Amino acid sequence: MFVSYKWLQDYIDLSGVTATELAEKITKSGIEVEGVEVLNNGIKGVVVGHVLEREQHPNADKLSKCLVDVGGEQPVQIICGAPNVAQGQKVAVATVGAVLPGNFKIKRAKLRGEESNGMICSLTELGIEGKVVPKEYSEGIFVFPADAEVGVDAIAMLNRNDEILELSLTPNRSDCLSMLGVAYEVAAILGRNVKLPETNLQASTEKASDYVKITVEAKEDNPLYVAKVIKNVKIGPSPLWMQTRLMSAGIRPHNNVVDITNYILLEYGQPLHAFDYDRLGSKEILVRRAADGEKFVTLDDAERTLTSEHLVITNGTEPVALAGVMGGANSEVTSDTTTVLLESAYFNGAPVRKASKDHGLRSEASARFEKGVDPNRVRAAGERAAYLMAKFAGGEVLEGAAEADTLTVEPAVVSITLEKINRVLGTELVMKDVKEIFDRLQFGVSIEEDTITVTAPTRRGDIKIEEDLLEEVARLYGYDNIPKTLPIGSTTPGGLNEYQKKRRVVRQYLEGAGLYQAVTYSLTSEEKAAQYALEKRDTIRLSMPMSEERSILRLSIMPQLLEVLKYNSARQNDSIGVYETGAVFLANGTDSLPVEKEHIAAAITGLWESHSWQGEKKAVDFYVIKGILEGMFAKLGLFEQVQFVQAQVDRLHPGRTAEILLNNEKIGFIGQVHPTVQKDLDLKDTYVFELSLKAVLEAEAPALQYEAIPRFPSITRDIALVVNKETVSGTLSEIILTAGAPLLKEVHVFDLYEGDKMEEGKKSIAFSLKYLDPERTLTDEEVTKVHTRVLAALEEKAGAVLRG
Amino acid sequence: MQERLKELQEEAIQKVEKSVSLKELNDIRVAYLGKKGPITEVLRGMGKLSAEERPVMGALANEVRETIAVKIEAKQKGLEEAAVLEKLASESIDVTLPGRPIKVGNHHPLTRIIEEIEDLFIGMGYQVAEGPEVEQDYYNFEALNLPKGHPARDMQDSFYITEDILLRTHTSPVQARTMEKHQGKGPIKIICPGKVYRRDNDDATHSHQFMQIEGLVVGENIRMSDLKGTLEVFAKKMFGADREIRLRPSFFPFTEPSVEMDISCKICGGSGCSVCKRTGWIEILGAGMVHPNVLEMAGYDSKKYTGFAFGMGPERIAMLKYGVDDIRHFYTNDVRFLKQFSKHE
Ligand SMILES: [Zn+2]
Repeated sequence: MFVSYKWLQDYIDLSGVTATELAEKITKSGIEVEGVEVLNNGIKGVVVGHVLEREQHPNADKLSKCLVDVGGEQPVQIICGAPNVAQGQKVAVATVGAVLPGNFKIKRAKLRGEESNGMICSLTELGIEGKVVPKEYSEGIFVFPADAEVGVDAIAMLNRNDEILELSLTPNRSDCLSMLGVAYEVAAILGRNVKLPETNLQASTEKASDYVKITVEAKEDNPLYVAKVIKNVKIGPSPLWMQTRLMSAGIRPHNNVVDITNYILLEYGQPLHAFDYDRLGSKEILVRRAADGEKFVTLDDAERTLTSEHLVITNGTEPVALAGVMGGANSEVTSDTTTVLLESAYFNGAPVRKASKDHGLRSEASARFEKGVDPNRVRAAGERAAYLMAKFAGGEVLEGAAEADTLTVEPAVVSITLEKINRVLGTELVMKDVKEIFDRLQFGVSIEEDTITVTAPTRRGDIKIEEDLLEEVARLYGYDNIPKTLPIGSTTPGGLNEYQKKRRVVRQYLEGAGLYQAVTYSLTSEEKAAQYALEKRDTIRLSMPMSEERSILRLSIMPQLLEVLKYNSARQNDSIGVYETGAVFLANGTDSLPVEKEHIAAAITGLWESHSWQGEKKAVDFYVIKGILEGMFAKLGLFEQVQFVQAQVDRLHPGRTAEILLNNEKIGFIGQVHPTVQKDLDLKDTYVFELSLKAVLEAEAPALQYEAIPRFPSITRDIALVVNKETVSGTLSEIILTAGAPLLKEVHVFDLYEGDKMEEGKKSIAFSLKYLDPERTLTDEEVTKVHTRVLAALEEKAGAVLRG
Repeated sequence: MQERLKELQEEAIQKVEKSVSLKELNDIRVAYLGKKGPITEVLRGMGKLSAEERPVMGALANEVRETIAVKIEAKQKGLEEAAVLEKLASESIDVTLPGRPIKVGNHHPLTRIIEEIEDLFIGMGYQVAEGPEVEQDYYNFEALNLPKGHPARDMQDSFYITEDILLRTHTSPVQARTMEKHQGKGPIKIICPGKVYRRDNDDATHSHQFMQIEGLVVGENIRMSDLKGTLEVFAKKMFGADREIRLRPSFFPFTEPSVEMDISCKICGGSGCSVCKRTGWIEILGAGMVHPNVLEMAGYDSKKYTGFAFGMGPERIAMLKYGVDDIRHFYTNDVRFLKQFSKHE
């Protein structure tokens, strides 16, 4: 809502309060003022001029040479390019030395050989937005009424010495969608009175009800319909002050009748519609729901197909307006109109919202009906409009109005105790303070002991319950005046739960291992949604996605993480590691919420060690990412419960992929991205893992238990084994550990050789075995005995022989 | 004989002093003190001497040996020290070369902000509550006093999956679920971080997915002044002790009274600049007293229980705190962006 500081003074005395101060006060007590616009910003030296003579410029087809009286001693010659300039006009002239918006200074100039002493201005040149400039002046200069006084300040004439407060209204404060509503709000803030607009007029002897009969079929949608009839109107421009007020509020002036309806919309917050009575084709108004498929041409000349959810105003048979949204071309006021039927009605929000949404016709009017207008202002707004039509369109207002009224208006009556106010706000107010606040709001007040009972005016439809009163008290008492305390009474132990704690540990660990945390979108494309999914499920699609790219909820994090690598690789960061934790969404039937599982995924690409002046460059490989993951399991105490099993996963390298088992349950995968996928994404070798973080964080780890540090030395034996290429080290380690128990404590691989010195189909793996007895020093003989057993088991179970 | 010994001593000492290497010194040792050396040779001729002279000469010979040995040892020590110094000198390195880098990543800036806020409220006795990102219309709207057709639903156009299931538009459903779980009993003190979704075109200031963090306190005597006090503690810890806060009335369907909290602008110190749109204040969060309808719907007696709630956007806070100018940076994950958030603060 744009509120003119000057216009507001029609209803309330603002002396001693500047526009900026007012904005600050309004903001502090409840309605945010987003800005205060100074309309005449920087304009100087623009006056009303009288075009005494106009002739064609001798050297230019499109220019006029004008002699203009600007109130000086002599008229001045001005060259003007506007097509509509004509002799006798009163126009806005930027004289030599004037300053226009953008600090544009007017100087004496020669245009095609002819002297020009200033510039005749269009409204846009004076800083008025093109979309609100009246159509007849949109392509040229603005013309003042003939009685405008020559030489006076044109900016003042155009009401530009004003400031506009831009109110950002929350849905509960639609009462401030009108100048009067704002006036009541300001009155409460300043403790001043509201002055209502003039509506008294001499009524005609004819009765409106003799001209038209109102019938409402859809009583629920339209509980009140009031029609006034104004005869003998002369369509023409509205007074300049009204036009300029409309323009400042963002509305384009049309003619006196239409402008008056818009003016009342702004003044009362009540949308009106003016029909050409003679074009209605009947003496009847019937309000009903449209028939499905019914056609109607709105005044923008668009044919609309209606449904039974839309409300229409008809002449008994044909629609003449889409209620609360837009009138029809068939009954629109034109320059020939002489009798106006003025509609002032209370439409419920739902059918208006439906129609404005379905036909893309959101307007100032529909917005007000959607939010709810003040039922007690419907008649007053109609009276005021009729008054203005009599005054500014020469009309004769018929007595009374034709009506259909089933509306019951009951103001809200709400009680609250002083004790509750102070208990909830934490204040120490006395009843006098509270009463004064409601008095300022012009709410009805009665007090009985500790209880205050408030009758809210209908313009404040948002006041319904105790808490609404609390809010009024709090905002007008001032939040600055409420004390600062901390909750007292029973307390709760704060903190993270086990799951949340462990998740933080995992993040810290992975970052310590060199990975950056990424956060990507949950919505993705159909194609990507199911890639790398741990569980194959139906995808979950938005009913109205904004784009295909963001239409499906992800089943895995990996595709987006690979996109992150791709993005970075394309920007000279082709050696990085990232990880993400976040939900994936598993469909669970259309009627229930999906199962959300928290996953963790990581991806590394390019060089793992690089750009050091010492040491070798080292590309990422399977064992780098596996090492990181094993470290994570170790950190969580789950290392012993995890297994890696060679596997095939779609879009991963078939020979370099493993499934991850936690306590024999599959929880995820690890491997190299398939080389063709790497190529598609323009990535160097990339290794990844994704697994269910939920499974990992919910797994039970054995409690931490101190183990005595051995007091006796261990004995280490290294062996190099020759085995078939297919034999995996995990199998050999297991054989060694089983056969060597209990003296064998540790085994680890320290070499792998698959080079050409080996026999075809064979490889060599070297293990280091550590024997230890915690109770005594082992002898060589004892170790040899066990070690021989280990070697025998290796040969028997895996065909492994010692390398010669 | 006596003279010959003195001569040998002089000769040996001179050679020792002139020697420059351990090997040379060892050669001198062997030459003069060895079994085939000249002193031994001299002693061999002792048989010709008288019984009185023999012990005297023997003593002298031993004295000469001893003197030479001491000299050699001293020289050897010197040479060894010099060798060590020389070796150390040859081992010197360029200490200005960079150290071997440790590969370390870091938190995403939003996680960083969220954890900071979590920890701050944990310190005040809050627990961290989480909930589903795909929600029922009931928890996302209805339980929060936003019945179907409520005009405020327009304020947050949503991504629906079915008529009844949508991507949550705020983390408030976690509050509704938590209250429901507590079955009408207090106290509750939670902070709820998480991802939320709204139908916005992604641009510098809008994102269809973003983070939110909300707080909720419900108890028997929770006052608006408690909200104000709590927010002040938060603002001063999060943004600096010199920051002022101000509450402005606002509107949210799930709270009443509703407020928005501003903090004084750090850039201009309150005098007005472009960052604070010349107001001196920067909007940080929305808050209010829990609406009685919300309490009642979750099974609380709103005559007995009151509560406050607040909510804020980690993106906005990160943008203000670190000067990030485009919300899309948070979801592009450019490492040149991510790695800027490694410093502990
Ligand atoms: Zn500032």
